[in-house]
Amino acid sequence: MLHAGPLATVQDLGRPGLAKIGVGASGAADRGAFTLANRLVGNPEDAAGIEVTVGGFSASPTEDLVMAVTGAPVPVWVDERREGCNAVLRVRAGQTIRLGVASSGVRSYLGVRGGIAVPAVLGSRSTDMMAHLGPAVLEDGVRLPVGAAPTTCPTVDQAVTRGATGGRLRVIMGPRDDWFTAESRRALVTEPWTATAVGDRIGIRLDGPVLQRAVSRELSSEGLVRGALQVPPRGHPTLMLSDHPVTGGYPVIAVVVDADIDRAANMRPGDTLFFEETRKQDLT
Amino acid sequence: MKFLRCGDVGVLVELPTLDSVLSLHADLEARPVPGMTDLVPALETLLVKFDPGAATPEQVCQDIKTRSPQRLQRQAGEVLTVPVRYDGEDLAEVSSLLGISASETVRRHTGQVWTVAFAGFSPGFGYLVGDSGGLEVSRRANPRTRVPAGAVALAGEFTGVYPRESPGGWQIVGHTSLKVWDLDRDPPALLTPGSRVRFESVDSCA
Repeated sequence: MLHAGPLATVQDLGRPGLAKIGVGASGAADRGAFTLANRLVGNPEDAAGIEVTVGGFSASPTEDLVMAVTGAPVPVWVDERREGCNAVLRVRAGQTIRLGVASSGVRSYLGVRGGIAVPAVLGSRSTDMMAHLGPAVLEDGVRLPVGAAPTTCPTVDQAVTRGATGGRLRVIMGPRDDWFTAESRRALVTEPWTATAVGDRIGIRLDGPVLQRAVSRELSSEGLVRGALQVPPRGHPTLMLSDHPVTGGYPVIAVVVDADIDRAANMRPGDTLFFEETRKQDLT
Repeated sequence: MKFLRCGDVGVLVELPTLDSVLSLHADLEARPVPGMTDLVPALETLLVKFDPGAATPEQVCQDIKTRSPQRLQRQAGEVLTVPVRYDGEDLAEVSSLLGISASETVRRHTGQVWTVAFAGFSPGFGYLVGDSGGLEVSRRANPRTRVPAGAVALAGEFTGVYPRESPGGWQIVGHTSLKVWDLDRDPPALLTPGSRVRFESVDSCA
């Protein structure tokens, strides 16, 4: 690896199932783009790859490798030759693959046939930025081992994808929507929200109307999910992403549906988004 | 039991007592709901996470409603002893907040059995609830940027042991040499939901 860019980490599909020991799932922030990179190079979907943040990454393999770049669209070069995203790339030993700056979105993925073979921690090769678990954040000049090629082969040269970020994200109200005033519940799904610069793999703070509490008592800490819109006392929600805490002590007004979280994870500071309520009956 | 939605990936079950949370947690661990991916216990809730492609919130609720978890049969004797040197920076502050002497604070901390209600904050950090209370204090107004591994601390109704060096806002009453988190050990966490603990005052942290 030559250059890591602003932030590059090894990711796979994370380590779900460990909440009871205080460990979150972590894993690729944009799972759709991540699994596509693996499928393109013929890997199982959960093989470890590299999550690149806003581009600016380069690496040079010591042996011939098959790679693919997916996610936030970046210009890709192999030595001097311009290549495409979402395509199977053959990079020879000694050549350099370079990712320029993403024109939109945040997270691009470099899939490598064979997967990144760093040691797994608690069953996963994902770097959890909050829990400080898993492989170290990648630095310029590190060497990464690549695993043995799988028996499955790439079957397409190019995947057609629909690039998408932010926009309209569907939410299901709750679990604690009743802790907020009716006006605030309405504001959540009618007013525009802006992603602020306070954002990382843990979550993104949003700016918009102040969400007022109808219930002022303290919430006893409870489990969180990816996509939760957790509202601290100041009234601006934080949208929880892959490395979110296992439990949280502020009420969650609504949760973004699973299918829309990949787009949420690609919001940039200043991006505007709207939440759209998905009607659901009460469970009880 | 009340069920609340957590998007299309979770159901938050509200339960009346910590015992009922731990009982349902144990029951679901033994017989998982199809599609279940994780269980997050807390003081009054149990979050059941599932794969939205494999289960719906309605199915998960229906399944849980049919269960009648047995109360956990806790045998006397399975209590972990944690040796503590009561030399914490906040021991005096905690005692004055409670209006008692430092030795009375230590007596209350060592004089009851604590149960791990849930984990969170960082890997291996258990939130322990005591069976006789008497130590409720607020967090520090100014969280510390660095709390050492092994710090034994209080906040709200909980006590906890810092699994490794990290920032923290709890009131530190002492230190233990016991490693509550060790990635090279299986299981890595010593304190998991339902574990019972008794703290014991020792003179040295050797």
